[in-house]
Amino acid sequence: MSRARGPGRPGTEYTADEMMTVAAARALTDGTVCFVGIGLPSTAANLARRMHAPSAVLIYESGCIGSRPTRLPASIGDGVLSETADAVVGVPEIFSYWLQAGRIDVGFLGAAQIDRHANLNTTVVGSYEHPKVRLPGAGGAPEIAASCGEVIVTLRHSRRAFVDRLDFITSLGHGDGPGHRERLGLRGRGPRVVITDLGVLEPDAATRELTLVSLHPGVTEGDVREATGWDLAVADEVAVTSPPTPEELALLRELHAA
Amino acid sequence: MAEILDLPEAIARHVHDGDTVALEGFTHLIPFAAGREIIRQGRRDLTLVRMTPDVIYDQMIGAGCARKLVFSWGGNPGVGSLHRMRDAVENDWPAPLELEEHSHAGMAERWRAGAAGLPFGVLRGYVGTSLAEHTATIATVACPFTGEVLTAVPALQPDVGIIHAQQADRDGNVMLWGISGVQKECVLASTRAIVTVEEVVDEFEPHVNGVVLPAWVIDAVTVVPGGAHPSYAHDYSERDNAAYEAWDEVGRDREAFGRWLADLMGASVS
Repeated sequence: MSRARGPGRPGTEYTADEMMTVAAARALTDGTVCFVGIGLPSTAANLARRMHAPSAVLIYESGCIGSRPTRLPASIGDGVLSETADAVVGVPEIFSYWLQAGRIDVGFLGAAQIDRHANLNTTVVGSYEHPKVRLPGAGGAPEIAASCGEVIVTLRHSRRAFVDRLDFITSLGHGDGPGHRERLGLRGRGPRVVITDLGVLEPDAATRELTLVSLHPGVTEGDVREATGWDLAVADEVAVTSPPTPEELALLRELHAA
Repeated sequence: MAEILDLPEAIARHVHDGDTVALEGFTHLIPFAAGREIIRQGRRDLTLVRMTPDVIYDQMIGAGCARKLVFSWGGNPGVGSLHRMRDAVENDWPAPLELEEHSHAGMAERWRAGAAGLPFGVLRGYVGTSLAEHTATIATVACPFTGEVLTAVPALQPDVGIIHAQQADRDGNVMLWGISGVQKECVLASTRAIVTVEEVVDEFEPHVNGVVLPAWVIDAVTVVPGGAHPSYAHDYSERDNAAYEAWDEVGRDREAFGRWLADLMGASVS
């Protein structure tokens, strides 16, 4: 994956992507059992394991349970995931016995597009039959979003990604608002937090609409509004994300270099 | 009962125009050599089944082998898009490609039902997503004991299933280990099964997560060292990440792909 979208904020020693990855890593608490998507979620989860969450259990959809990769896996079925795992099981088993049965605390997902209720699209932009852009599709995401206890989402913030209306719902977040997941009988609570390269958003307790709760250092509320395709809800008090510590940065760069 | 054949013979005998064909392997043990042989032999109108159509299916789709794709995630892992697949879906080039699109959980359940000889699989899946609006093979079923409404997906039962494994023995039994994906289900669910292997050994040794498929559920075993390249075979080879990256350039451009295809077809004449 790319190291960074661009230079960091003026006067900082880190890039916007590094801030995003560190913030995403901090969202994973120690001891958590986490179903990890490849790319940014995998980087963040592995950073968390090297920082504050050494007992986090990482589960990959290739059937690897409790992987402790010594370097970042290049794909979901990288040999380093199976060699360092507590157990390796078949793909039908990982989805049925482990995910569907409700044994996973946190799902860690990326997406191409997201809407105000944290529904995710990784399938098509435009019509399904004649798409403007054909994306890879669902993979494990729909059932990860449905069945994990909660979901952490990470993606870069832009108007192309944060859209008013999704052309396709690949993975359900909070649907059309309060009570939607419950009506459908989904067992997981859905997205708890969305972490971008600009800030942190959380679903409002009452409306389930994504609300800006933290800005990364040097980012303004206007920057986030500019990169969001709807009239963004903003918390009464918006925090400023702690910048990456030297230790966090060193560990992250070590991971990328390994 | 497995016959030990060379690869062209195995493909010629078991893969026919119009067949439903699955080449499985979840990042690990992807049967690339078998896919390229299907291209060389000019198979057409195939329904291709695979959870993660990656570069191997991009090549087969670009070469015009496929009429339909049954899948759950189509991308070049760690790199980006499959440009031949996108060209087929977005521009009908070289031919229109019908899609039957699922999630991994659904496809895995379809494989398990196929292996079990059941007509359908059951899961808690797809709820609240747009997938069911576009995929006819997603339905609901009520549990006869509790009344709970669940998702039903039909079994996968391809004409031919093809996998790559580390070893066969001289009787045609096959052993694979490491990330085992849905390979066992693919062989058991398919009417005919072809396995390419790294080597033939006198006797299997035990391996962590080892899966043994007896000769009597396999039709052809063919020895193709490196037959999973650029994917890998645990304990035999490393994943060639550079080759996956290099494919992006080739797949992105119809002319570059045409040159790649001409090279491949030329190789079959020599």
